[in-house]
Amino acid sequence: MHFCEVQKRLKKRGVLLSNSVIDRIKKTDWQLIILLLPGLIWLVMFAYIPMAGLKMAFYNYNAFAGFDGSVFVGLKNFQQLFQGQDFLRAFKNTLQIGVLQLIICFPFSIFLAILVTEMRSKFLPKITQTVTFLPYFVSTVVACGIVISFLSPSTGIINLLLNKLGHESIYFMVDPKYFKGIYVTMMLWKTAGFNAVVYIAALMGIDPSLYEAADVEGATRMQKIRKITLPCIAPTISVMLILELGRIMKVGYESILLLYQPSTYSTADVIGTYTYRLGIVQNNFGLSTAAGLFESVIALIMVIAANRISKKLSESSIW
Amino acid sequence: MIYTIITRLLGIIIVFLFFFPLWYIVIASFSRPYYVINGDVILWFKEFTLGAYQQAFQAKGIWRGYGNSVFITVFGTVTNMIFTTTLAFALSRKELPFRKFFNFFTVFTMLFTAGMIPLYRTLMNYNLIDTYWGNIIAFGINTFNVIILRSFFEQIPNDYFEAARIDGAGTFRTFFKIVLPLSKASLATVTLFYAVSRWNGYFWSSIILKSESKQPLQVLLKKLLVEQTDLMDLAQPVTSASLYAPTTIAYAIIVISILPMILIFPYIQKYFKTGVNLGGVKG
Repeated sequence: MHFCEVQKRLKKRGVLLSNSVIDRIKKTDWQLIILLLPGLIWLVMFAYIPMAGLKMAFYNYNAFAGFDGSVFVGLKNFQQLFQGQDFLRAFKNTLQIGVLQLIICFPFSIFLAILVTEMRSKFLPKITQTVTFLPYFVSTVVACGIVISFLSPSTGIINLLLNKLGHESIYFMVDPKYFKGIYVTMMLWKTAGFNAVVYIAALMGIDPSLYEAADVEGATRMQKIRKITLPCIAPTISVMLILELGRIMKVGYESILLLYQPSTYSTADVIGTYTYRLGIVQNNFGLSTAAGLFESVIALIMVIAANRISKKLSESSIW
Repeated sequence: MIYTIITRLLGIIIVFLFFFPLWYIVIASFSRPYYVINGDVILWFKEFTLGAYQQAFQAKGIWRGYGNSVFITVFGTVTNMIFTTTLAFALSRKELPFRKFFNFFTVFTMLFTAGMIPLYRTLMNYNLIDTYWGNIIAFGINTFNVIILRSFFEQIPNDYFEAARIDGAGTFRTFFKIVLPLSKASLATVTLFYAVSRWNGYFWSSIILKSESKQPLQVLLKKLLVEQTDLMDLAQPVTSASLYAPTTIAYAIIVISILPMILIFPYIQKYFKTGVNLGGVKG
């Protein structure tokens, strides 16, 4: 209030700016803008400025010489990627593992959520939810450590059980044909319960009178699930699916990095791990950035497509 | 009736399958290696021994790793919450100039990222490699969490803001004294998301924090459990009398490193349920 008084006097003396500009400046909530700034600056510094580095994909980039000391090569890096075996193999594996994960883990979470709500008991649903939820909090490193220990040919519990049944030990971690199954099983263990929580929350929101009406009509439990439960959580499923598709290209390279071996590259190497080897290990920034750029663009296209389709089919979407 | 039996049976099977890995690790870590390796330890201990744990606690760098992890988790989560909460709140207010643009600006980062190598190069340019601060600030915002909080803030009834405005409170005061206290459940959820992510993260920690002295627990675990270097140093050859072996030591290490998560797990469960509902995934 005091500030306004001073302003009025200064305006009367023709010292300050005209009223309309002042009004607009005063109307702006400066405190709100200050709250916006930290996050905004962060986004610029750590999300957008790095995007300028995508230029490296078009250079034969030399990390020591920077852009000035590097040769512009246009699309040559991409040419090299698509003509070589390794990148195409990584791309194929990314899609295969991603799709496998999608068709196994995604429906299972929904199944788990419905199972928990259909159990009609006080005790079991809580235990089921807790036990399936817990593995999510086991770190990537520890989960992979568990997998490696369990599958060890000499001391791992899986092989010990196989031996007891008269079977010889299987060298799971070095044989390419097991990798995808191992990875997807681990991801199922880790994420099923966590994703189920989202669906359980949605299931809790379904109006009970819908079920009562169905009871009056003599519907069976399966019919109720198909005609009431699933349609009611369809929007939730759509959004989760879109998010999942957006992540498909990223296919947990952090875990794969810990689990794979050169002998399993043929089925285990994905774009993320390939990019890591090229870039961080071999310091081939240009080629590695090209691979990463390809991955990011495909992921973007997939999310946009999924969002459009979801809008058309169920009127729910992320934006 | 039979339907209920089947669902309960499936539930029991799932509980068993999901829990068994963790259970096995616990019992194997407390058993004599001879029996573990012979396959005699399946559902219960055999010859209880603390040998594996004694050795596990002597693992080189384990206390340093723990300390680093605690440091990174605490300061990292605080930093994350400061950036995320303020941004989410600003984006949720209709009075924000260019609101649509800023929202798109934020969401876009969730859809398209610069990628591993460009980010690494940027961090090199900022001179953040091999610094704790680099690890903390470089992952200051997870856009998904911003959206969760923004959704929640948007749902706060306007009456609160009207009342605050009438009382003469500025935006800062409204934010700190009204909005934040109202949002405890969502804030707790997002805080837990960040804390878990910080504690469990290994990939970027291993790339950014090059000095061994700065590496958090997970990076050390990677060496012990995955690459299994240093693990042999802790062990002795397995005889029927030995109290520990690489396998059981590995299991003991796993138990020790999961312990913090297990301890806060009940709290996580409590808040996640409310948080997911409120923030939540909506149609």
